[in-house]
Amino acid sequence: MLTKRIIPCLDIKNGRTVKGVNFVALRDAGDPVELAAIYANNGADELVFLDISATEEKRKTLIELVLDVAEKVNIPFTVGGGISSIEDVEILLNSGADKVSINSSAVKNPQLINDLAAKFGSQCVVVAIDAKQINGEWIVHLVGGKVPTNIKLFEWVKEVEKRGAGEILFTSMNHDGTKNGFANKALAYLSNLVNIPIIASGGAGTMQHFTDAFIHGKADAALAASVFHYKEIEIKDLKNELKRNGIPVRL
Amino acid sequence: MKIVIINYGAGNIQSIKFAIQRLGYNAILSEDAEEIKAADKVIFPGVGEASNAMEKLKQTGLDKVIPTLKMPVLGICLGMQLMCNYCEEGNTQGLRIFECNVVKFKNQLKVPQIGWNQIENLKTDLFKGIKEKEYMYLVHSFYVPINKRAIATTNYGIKYTSAMHKSNFYGVQFHPEKSSKAGAQILKNFLEL
Repeated sequence: MLTKRIIPCLDIKNGRTVKGVNFVALRDAGDPVELAAIYANNGADELVFLDISATEEKRKTLIELVLDVAEKVNIPFTVGGGISSIEDVEILLNSGADKVSINSSAVKNPQLINDLAAKFGSQCVVVAIDAKQINGEWIVHLVGGKVPTNIKLFEWVKEVEKRGAGEILFTSMNHDGTKNGFANKALAYLSNLVNIPIIASGGAGTMQHFTDAFIHGKADAALAASVFHYKEIEIKDLKNELKRNGIPVRL
Repeated sequence: MKIVIINYGAGNIQSIKFAIQRLGYNAILSEDAEEIKAADKVIFPGVGEASNAMEKLKQTGLDKVIPTLKMPVLGICLGMQLMCNYCEEGNTQGLRIFECNVVKFKNQLKVPQIGWNQIENLKTDLFKGIKEKEYMYLVHSFYVPINKRAIATTNYGIKYTSAMHKSNFYGVQFHPEKSSKAGAQILKNFLEL
């Protein structure tokens, strides 16, 4: 049986792991490669690296990091942040990344999704979407959730699927950093709306929140950062708890 | 031991090279027919779309070389699928090493299947030391139905072939290079065949 995935997310700035609370006020949580290896050993199913400093001069640092992770870590990982062209993706995949995650660049140039899917296959194209619920309507946001667009989440998700995305990484800006649980209603709606896997992100605080995201949110995977980085939740404990709740996990 | 990973521009070959390195071996990447023929073990990777990958094989003439290899050959993911007769994806004629066809998942579950699923009914030394129902990492939209060459099966709505074997050719649908310790063991088993 296909299992539900637990995905620690490592936000990377200047080669170090950081985690923003509501995407502002960054804290330093360690060396990404070391953390990645620990997570892989502790039962993480995948890893996501988001380069939030993704400027041109930082790009080389990121490639070095990707190579370093690929060399040491034996589980799949996704790289995101500042990816806007086929060339960007090609070098990341050639350096050992399994998937890439695109966000703002997909909104600005939706054709990029088609192009990446055609060249590299849908399986390595994750479209990340940051959305905020405003007056009952879920609206897509850009630049780490700071800039609103006029795009409706559910319409965008349908389009993204049609264009060839292999997975959706959905972050609720209303929940991110709050540790009050995932956006389960929106997640469940998304999961029924499209036929590609949905990764839940934003709001993890307790083990129960993960159970809820899988049962009520119908998520295929759940992503979190600080609860793992600061050892508030150990992945092994989390997976045992999920199993007790009848959720298929890899132990 | 000379290990060659076929480098035809279709897939995450760096990861396979690193995984072999972690086992204490060294692999070279090559698209040169003579170098591939001289190897002790050949790994035939593949990620992406079938017809594009097959086109690349034809451009280098490797489509003629691979079926004639005599050493153990391991096809991974799309590599395994391309070893088959025919792939529905892109209406692609395969290398015809395995007689079966590759078809698309048509069940109610999400496609692609992405994540960790179990392998069972394990046969051959490729799975030496691997327990039944071990978890492997899989990413695919097309699958090989159950057939007489199956040496592992997986359930995703239906039961399908997740590994197969015929003479010196082995194929795995999962990614051993990304499947933690058990995946590393399978790669090690292959290298020690």
